[in-house]
Amino acid sequence: MIGAGAVGAACAYFLTRKGFAVHVVERGAVAAGSSSAGEGNLLVSDKVSGPELELALYSRALWEQELAQYGELWEFESKGGLVVATSAQAGRALRTLAAEQRQRGVDARDVEPDAVTDHEPHIRRGLAAAVHYPQDAQVQPMLLTAHLLRLARAAGAVVSTGVNVTGFEVQASTESRRVVAVQTSQGTLACEQVINAAGPWAGEIATMAGVDLPIRPRRGFVLVTEPLPPTINHKVYAGEYVASTQSEHLGLEVSAVIEGTKAGTILIGSSREHVGFERRVSLPVLRAIASAALELFPRLAGVTLLRSYAGFRPYSPDHLPVVGPDTRLKGLWHATGHEGAGIGLSVGTAKLISQAMAGEGTDMDLAPFSPARFEAVAPA
Amino acid sequence: MSVQRSGVAKQPAYDVAVVGGGPAGLAATAAAARLGRRVVLIDAGAQLGGQYWRHANVSSAGPHDHVGHRDWEVFEALNERIRRHRQTGAAVHVAATQVWFIEPPGSDAGEPDWTLHLAPTCGAPDDRMPRTVRADRLILCPGCYDRQLPIPGWDLPGVMAAGGVQALLKGQRTLAGKRAVVAGTGPFLLPVAEQLARNGARVVAVCEASRIGNWGRHLPTVARTPSKFAEAASYGWSLARARVPYRTGTVVMRIEADSSGEQVGAVKLGRLGSDGRLRESSESLDVDLVALGWGFTPALELVSAAGAETRVDVDQSLVAVVDEEQQSTVAGLYIAGEATGVGGAQLALAEGELAGIAAADATHLERSRVRALRREIRRLRAFAVAMQRSHPVPPRWSEWLTPETLVCRCEEVAYAQVSEATSDLAATDARTLKLLTRCGMGWCQGHVCGFATATLAAAGQARQLNAEDLRPLAKQFPCAPIRLGSLLEH
Amino acid sequence: MVPEVPVPGVPATIHLTLDGRELTARAGQSVGAALTEAGIRSWRRTRHGGRPRGLFCGIGICYDCLITADGVPNLRACLLPASDGMQLTSTGSELTPTTDGGVA
Ligand SMILES: Cc1cc2nc3c(=O)[nH]c(=O)nc-3n(C[C@H](O)[C@H](O)[C@H](O)COP(=O)(O)OP(=O)(O)OC[C@H]3O[C@@H](n4cnc5c(N)ncnc54)[C@H](O)[C@@H]3O)c2cc1C
Ligand code: FES
Repeated sequence: MIGAGAVGAACAYFLTRKGFAVHVVERGAVAAGSSSAGEGNLLVSDKVSGPELELALYSRALWEQELAQYGELWEFESKGGLVVATSAQAGRALRTLAAEQRQRGVDARDVEPDAVTDHEPHIRRGLAAAVHYPQDAQVQPMLLTAHLLRLARAAGAVVSTGVNVTGFEVQASTESRRVVAVQTSQGTLACEQVINAAGPWAGEIATMAGVDLPIRPRRGFVLVTEPLPPTINHKVYAGEYVASTQSEHLGLEVSAVIEGTKAGTILIGSSREHVGFERRVSLPVLRAIASAALELFPRLAGVTLLRSYAGFRPYSPDHLPVVGPDTRLKGLWHATGHEGAGIGLSVGTAKLISQAMAGEGTDMDLAPFSPARFEAVAPA
Repeated sequence: MSVQRSGVAKQPAYDVAVVGGGPAGLAATAAAARLGRRVVLIDAGAQLGGQYWRHANVSSAGPHDHVGHRDWEVFEALNERIRRHRQTGAAVHVAATQVWFIEPPGSDAGEPDWTLHLAPTCGAPDDRMPRTVRADRLILCPGCYDRQLPIPGWDLPGVMAAGGVQALLKGQRTLAGKRAVVAGTGPFLLPVAEQLARNGARVVAVCEASRIGNWGRHLPTVARTPSKFAEAASYGWSLARARVPYRTGTVVMRIEADSSGEQVGAVKLGRLGSDGRLRESSESLDVDLVALGWGFTPALELVSAAGAETRVDVDQSLVAVVDEEQQSTVAGLYIAGEATGVGGAQLALAEGELAGIAAADATHLERSRVRALRREIRRLRAFAVAMQRSHPVPPRWSEWLTPETLVCRCEEVAYAQVSEATSDLAATDARTLKLLTRCGMGWCQGHVCGFATATLAAAGQARQLNAEDLRPLAKQFPCAPIRLGSLLEH
Repeated sequence: MVPEVPVPGVPATIHLTLDGRELTARAGQSVGAALTEAGIRSWRRTRHGGRPRGLFCGIGICYDCLITADGVPNLRACLLPASDGMQLTSTGSELTPTTDGGVA
């Protein structure tokens, strides 16, 4: 398993339960990558109908059933989402989306504009439309990753942090190539299967294996306020956010996403940019985020900003995760490309991988997520 | 000195911006202005002087206000020079103002200069206050604050940083308590105890964790710095006169509440053996004030935000890397004073002046002065290093923690949670420990608990503290808390 | 402790209140110093443990001494100059619900 982010940790957890001997190799510390820089929402509200929504609903069921006993460890909270629209046009689009989602089994409830403050007392008045999604939930991604790894270790997995994967050993025959080992900064590790769960770096790992995988980092900033008494009850965001997650646009995309946390702080997002792994704070982007948030919650203007952080989402060009075996190189699997939803989708992804690797039927069809869709692209 | 804010708004870029009005910043400002540069000096305090020359509000100060200030005449002379530069317009002082962000030249703001974003230290900005200041060169002189270690009961009211106790005396003429113990390590404990005693407090003990023998090894260096020697001797003399027991190898290992449960009532002492192990002593002292300090932590948030390289110093503090001209690894950014390594006011003065000359592009014009300053810096740095080596943080300090002891005061994170994260949850570095426990994520953003958090993360791995442990706890954005609304004002 | 010298136009003694309780301060003093001299050592409770907090670092670093002055929350008592008639409250910041169209 390459990568100890939420996805790698979840895979380690489910694979040990299928009896696999798992070795997790992580370059940094636990959750050093995207998984420590996200907000930890498990959203169904922001998914348009299609395979990603199916995976979200499947994951959501795992969180609430199979993993329910651990919920408290990672601060699982089914707090619900509230999506709002400020213009009449955005309002119509939001209602249409909600109607579609309802057909797919999503609990999406239209909220009358003048009843919105019953849900969120501090939100501005005069919104065009709002939809309440009781199924939207939240976990604390760091705790999630650390506890999944702890559980996997207890079931026999080995987790090596501070170990960098530098290459692959491949055995080539006339009809196929297969992975026999990974090379690391601490020596060679023989293995039958390798899972690339390297998040935004998954493309680099693929290149090391001689295959092409168009995963790229998409930067996002989050602003964090002072701790407050419970002030914002739901994940609240502007309907435009859905368009922003799905956008092909390579420039800066900003849409308001606001939520409270167990710790009392309010997290304010979101931005999406393709700037490589550039970490430097960009004031114009932070200002754009703050101004979008203040438009929905004007009273936050007086609240104190304590910190901000930047993270890189593993972006996949068609906005679908990449999950499953790579037919170009036997023994290589990918579990990545979840962009802004990898925390929420980690468990569904991992359980499906564990079923597929065990040669069992999978609970959901993996075909839409198959790396094969990029195979037409010539290897690097 | 009046608060001068008007007339600064919408000015073109200054030649030099200096952040921090302590010894380093004052010396830098005076030097650059003397060399014909237009300088803006930004300081969080209402009055110049920094921590070292903190003094009562001049509009109401008493005649004895500067009593207890060392080198007061140096301050008065610098202050007078800067006042004259202000009259000619060569220098501008922006008071009571904090820098919340620094944008280097050519960043997203698209300016060719350094852009400093400002907010008032207290309350909402007024219209006269500039929201940004631009400058061609930047000199950061942000100073330092007391380093702290968690101790059971250290969050009880009446427990204060030694520097805070001194600030109340120097700046406010207020005595923080009547029966005090001063504890921790380092030469700074002496003046704090001395000033408390002189102002009428009963100082029941100064507890110095180090053993006095540590000094001996560095005698040659100390002897080369006679002024420091005399300073220490004069404190020692005053303390002896006030019958203040000075105990070495001794720590406050537990702080207990008084009968109200709302404030400190007593401390329990412990002895450190020559093996560094802690032994509980049966001794308990009744006090209403505990002044704590374990050396100092340089304020590095502006340095980090500006993108300058940092390293771990002898005293395990994160400090800025600078060259022979006080220039950081970022061109046009100079750093002077404690942020380059804790060393005291005299060293800060020398570094500040050198930085001022260098930022004015005048080192070639001032060759002999520059040589003299460099000599002074080397000599004082050697002394500072000797002091740091003889007053280390006790390596086994975590032995006095109990599972309930708060490591992070702001987020109320107990030592038990920290231990769980380092053992069961594989928090192998400080960043992970912080994100798992919330240590360092509160209002102060790790200024108080950062050193302890980083040290516990390293100790959990049985390794030495390194820069990667300290960096995640040196905050970056915003460099000071600001209202969300202020983020948008520019 | 140190003799006061009256400055023309500045009252030597300032009057202020903490949660309605009357206090005095010397001109030029900080709120934190005034509270300390009045024997008040804490004016805030932590949000988890309800622990009392007041001055700790004394120089604006630790944010333990946060106080509300004349309705403005989250001010550092150690840095905030005391002023005549100032009303201090020991509550933290909290938003008030939208009732007026939401414009703050
Ligand atoms: C601002 C922001 C907000 C977000 N909000 C949410 C949200 O609300 N809900 C949600 O579900 N998702 C959210 N996300 C997305 C989520 O964080 C990611 O989708 C998810 O963390 C991806 O997990 P991962 O395990 O695939 O990747 P990562 O967590 O990045 O893990 C990959 C790991 O691989 C390691 N690695 C890389 N190369 C090597 C190598 N050569 N050798 C060894 N190890 C290597 C890395 O160090 C890293 O730890 C957000 C992201 C951002 C940036
Ligand atoms: S003491 Fe830990 S953040 Fe302030």
